[in-house]
Amino acid sequence: MALALSQDAPASRSIAIDVKKVSHRYGGDGKELQVLDDISLRIEPGEFVALLGPSGCGKSTLLRLAAGLETATSGDVLEDGRPIRAPNPDRILVFQEATLFPWRTVRANVATGLEARGLIREREHHIDEVLKLVKLEGFADFYPHQLSGGMAQRAALARALVNDPKLLLLDEPFGKLDSLTRLRMQNELLDLWKSAAFTALLVTHDVEEALLLADRVIVFSDRPASIVAEVRVERPHPRRRDDAELVALRGSLLETLGISHDV
Amino acid sequence: MSAAVEESFGGAGRQALASPFTGIWRNGLLAAGTWAFAAALTYGLPDVISWGATNLFALLTLIGAGIFLLLSVSVHRLGKAGQTLVHYGPWLIVIGLWFAVWEVVTAKLGWLPKPFFSPPQGLLHVYVTDWDRLLICVAYTGRLWALGFFSGVAVGFTAGVALGWSKRFAYWGMPLLKLIGPVPASAWIPCTFFIFPSTFHASIFLVALASGIPVAILTAAGVGQVNRSYYDVARTLGADNRFLIFKVAIPASLPNVFVGIFMGLYYSFAVLVVAEMLGAKFGLGWYLQFNTAYSAYANVYAALIIMALICAGLVRLLFIARDRLLGWQKGIL
Repeated sequence: MALALSQDAPASRSIAIDVKKVSHRYGGDGKELQVLDDISLRIEPGEFVALLGPSGCGKSTLLRLAAGLETATSGDVLEDGRPIRAPNPDRILVFQEATLFPWRTVRANVATGLEARGLIREREHHIDEVLKLVKLEGFADFYPHQLSGGMAQRAALARALVNDPKLLLLDEPFGKLDSLTRLRMQNELLDLWKSAAFTALLVTHDVEEALLLADRVIVFSDRPASIVAEVRVERPHPRRRDDAELVALRGSLLETLGISHDV
Repeated sequence: MSAAVEESFGGAGRQALASPFTGIWRNGLLAAGTWAFAAALTYGLPDVISWGATNLFALLTLIGAGIFLLLSVSVHRLGKAGQTLVHYGPWLIVIGLWFAVWEVVTAKLGWLPKPFFSPPQGLLHVYVTDWDRLLICVAYTGRLWALGFFSGVAVGFTAGVALGWSKRFAYWGMPLLKLIGPVPASAWIPCTFFIFPSTFHASIFLVALASGIPVAILTAAGVGQVNRSYYDVARTLGADNRFLIFKVAIPASLPNVFVGIFMGLYYSFAVLVVAEMLGAKFGLGWYLQFNTAYSAYANVYAALIIMALICAGLVRLLFIARDRLLGWQKGIL
């Protein structure tokens, strides 16, 4: 059914993700590390979901599975009903570090995906559009070491967006930025998500960030991660961080994470 | 003192303007003085024995002095080249002094033992009379070095990428490389001369071996150390293996590769001369050995100076190539 639907609408700009009874272990050498324990969740097309949890709990692993960089030890991760077995530029991962290729200029970094898929000729104009979108049009010929942290992360976003991803996987993308840059980037991400209409899955350990951005916040337990809470955030964007409902949600989420009200 | 003057003259202008002789390059004047002094000593005092080219050397140093005299008033008009000259001003003064001292202790007083130490005019005499043979030797050495070095770097780089990228290659190749790598290339000389059809081929092999092994080791290490996230990023963007090797692994390991090439360059010089001393018919190494046998030490020094210039020039070229290719790295270094 889901398969038929996706074939009917090939121009669809977002995909649904189904995580079905996924468990994942790392290792071998007698030392096995279980990071995910029987996770099941569904993310609707175009939805913005935040995964919240203590650091090292396995949130990032779920992103790697969704990106197709790894395959789950057991269970399935499906995109529009089809199992994910390999990376695909429809689903792009943005890391905590910008991980720009330091030997490539900003423009060449953004062009990487098109170049790798042999689409550079037909889609080259798209690079300039995306650079403008992330406000880096004046920095196209700069090398990554000449960029600030925020600019680098914006370039990394542009490198993902130029491929018109249907699913954007964000692994604490603003974790290393200073707090002002972070606020600005959160708003920019929100704008991009609204205009490009992709599905977004954001891993974060910042409760406020999750509440400001996401339609739904899913809380993971400590390793091996299982889902301990799920909160729907109904407030319309732009959200204010002192919104009474959000403050209340923040309190209950922090409590779920094992931290008392007064923090 | 206007800003415009400061700007156009740069550091040189400031120095000159600060001195009492405004607009005059003081070190240039001093260099003209020391060079003229060397010229006067060379021409005025008699040689203990004839070295040839004494008057020519005096003339050349005098011309040098004249040039510095002219430059001392005009250097500020030469722009960037002028600034470089000004920077090396103290060196130019000392070189003039060095000529004078060298001249006195060898040709004029004969203090240093004779066949082993040659005065400057002895070297000059070699360049004037033996330039054709030296040129041929430079060409022979250049051919041997170029063939050996470039084939060595090419093979070493390819092997290094394969070793760094493929686990199977590394399994079989790494132990061999670790075993053979530390052996100095010249230790292979006894074997190479019967393995290869001619001494020329053997010499090429030795130079290639010396330059290839450090390149292979450092390339392999470089490819092995590439940040895994770069591969993850490239793969999610749709990269295949070919893209990962040529557009990620190789550029990312290029800084290491260049360290290997620099090491290989130095090793190749060392082996080059040794290889040429064994059964070569021409080449700078052969020239050195041939003239040592005849106690023609002026020729030996003359060849050594050429060698030093060539080697330093090649190192400089490699630096330029590296800066071109690794400009992106500047913030990291």
